[in-house]
Amino acid sequence: MFGEKAVELIRELHRMSDGQLPAFNEDGLRQVLQEMEALYDQNQTDVNEAKAEGRAELIPSIKLRHCCLLRNQRCLAAYLYDRLLRIRALRWEYGSVLPPNVRFHMCAEELQWFAQYKKSLASFMRSFGGGEGLDITQDMKPPKSLYIEVRCLKDHGEFEIDDGTVVLLKKNSQHFLPRWKCEQLIRQGVLEHVVS
Amino acid sequence: MSDALSDHGSDIQQDDSQEEDVMTPAELIAKLEEAWLNEKFSPELLENKSEVVECVMEQLTHMESNLQRVKKGDVKASVHRMEIDRIRYVLCSYLRARLQKIERFFPHVLEKEKSRAEGEPSLLSPEEYAFAKEYYANTETYLKTVALKRMPANLQTVDLLKAVPEPCVDSFVFLRVKERQENILVEPETDDQREYVVDLEEGSQHLMRYRTIAPLVSSGAVQLI
Repeated sequence: MFGEKAVELIRELHRMSDGQLPAFNEDGLRQVLQEMEALYDQNQTDVNEAKAEGRAELIPSIKLRHCCLLRNQRCLAAYLYDRLLRIRALRWEYGSVLPPNVRFHMCAEELQWFAQYKKSLASFMRSFGGGEGLDITQDMKPPKSLYIEVRCLKDHGEFEIDDGTVVLLKKNSQHFLPRWKCEQLIRQGVLEHVVS
Repeated sequence: MSDALSDHGSDIQQDDSQEEDVMTPAELIAKLEEAWLNEKFSPELLENKSEVVECVMEQLTHMESNLQRVKKGDVKASVHRMEIDRIRYVLCSYLRARLQKIERFFPHVLEKEKSRAEGEPSLLSPEEYAFAKEYYANTETYLKTVALKRMPANLQTVDLLKAVPEPCVDSFVFLRVKERQENILVEPETDDQREYVVDLEEGSQHLMRYRTIAPLVSSGAVQLI
C-alpha cells in the first residue's frame, strides 16, 4: 500500500525512544522517493488523459494519489527533522566532538548540518562578555557543592585544576575535584560521580 | 544569594551610564532571577534582557579576578566561589532556555521578528537573531538537499511555518502578582461558562492561562513561578 514505507521510517525512529540515533536509512528514503516518483508520473498521465478526453472518472484516483504524495512528503520531512533534533541533543551531551559510533550512523548531509550547528552555537556563545565567551553547555545542573568525589573510568592523563595543581587521572583512581572542572569529563564518561 | 556580592561589585554602576537607574549587584541578580523564572515557565519566547546578561557577565569576571587575589585556603574564597557558580548556573540556564525556545519555534520566532513594527523592541538579541537565521537556513538547506530536491516538482517546498509547531500560549502557568491588577478578563473554559473579570491582589498566587496574562508578564507586573 502507498505510504507504508514512509511510516516504517517514522516507526523506526519511534522504536528508539530514548533519543538514540539509529543508522540513517538511505535505502528506505530512496524507496519512498521512488514511490513518490511513480505516483507522480501516473498522476501526470492521468491528468493529461482527463483533460484531453474529458474523462472525469479519473479524478478521484488522481486525488487519492496526490494525498499519498503529500503524506509521503510529510513523513519524510518528519523523519529527517526528528533526526536533526536528536543530533542537536547529542551536541549538548557530548560536546562538539561526537563519538565515532554516533558519526557512523549519520549521513553526509547530517554531518554537514551538525558542523554548521556547531559553528552557529559557538559564535553565539562567544558573543558574551565582550568577546570572552560563556560556555552555556556547562552548568547543566544547579550546583550543590564546590567539590565532588569522582572515580576515573579510563586513563585520561594529566589534568590541571584552576589553581595550578595537576592530578593524574588513572583508571580506577578516586579524586576530590572542583565540580565545574569535571562536568564535561563526567558526561564524556571519563569520570564517574561517586555518590556515597 | 546576593549578599555575598555586595562588597565586590561597586564598579557595575559606572558602566551603566546609559541606564537611568543605578543598580546594585543585589538588584541586578534579582532582575536576572526574575527574567530566568519567567523565561523558564512561559511557553513562548519573551523579550530579551541582554543588558542584564551583559552586566551579570561583567560582575562574574570581576568576582573571578577578585578571587585570584585571595590567598589559598581562605574560607571566604570558597563561599565566593560557590556564589559565582550559582550565578553562572542561573545565567547559563536562562540563556539555554531562550536558545531552546528559539530552536523549537524558529520559523515563528523569525516571522514575529519580521512583522515587528519599527521602534518596537525586538524579542531577540542581535546574537540570537543571527543564530536563529543561521539555524533556519541550515535546516532548510538540509531538508532540500536530502529529500525535497529529489521529490516531484510540485512538492519541493515545505512551509516550515506550518510544519513546525507553534508555542502553546493556552497552557496554564502559576504566577505571583507583584502589582495589583484590576479587571482581568478571563475567557470561558467551556461552552456553558461565561467570561468574567478578576482582580489580582498584590502578593496573591494564581493558576491561569498564559494567554490571559502574557502582557502582564512582559510588563513585569506578575512573576511566573
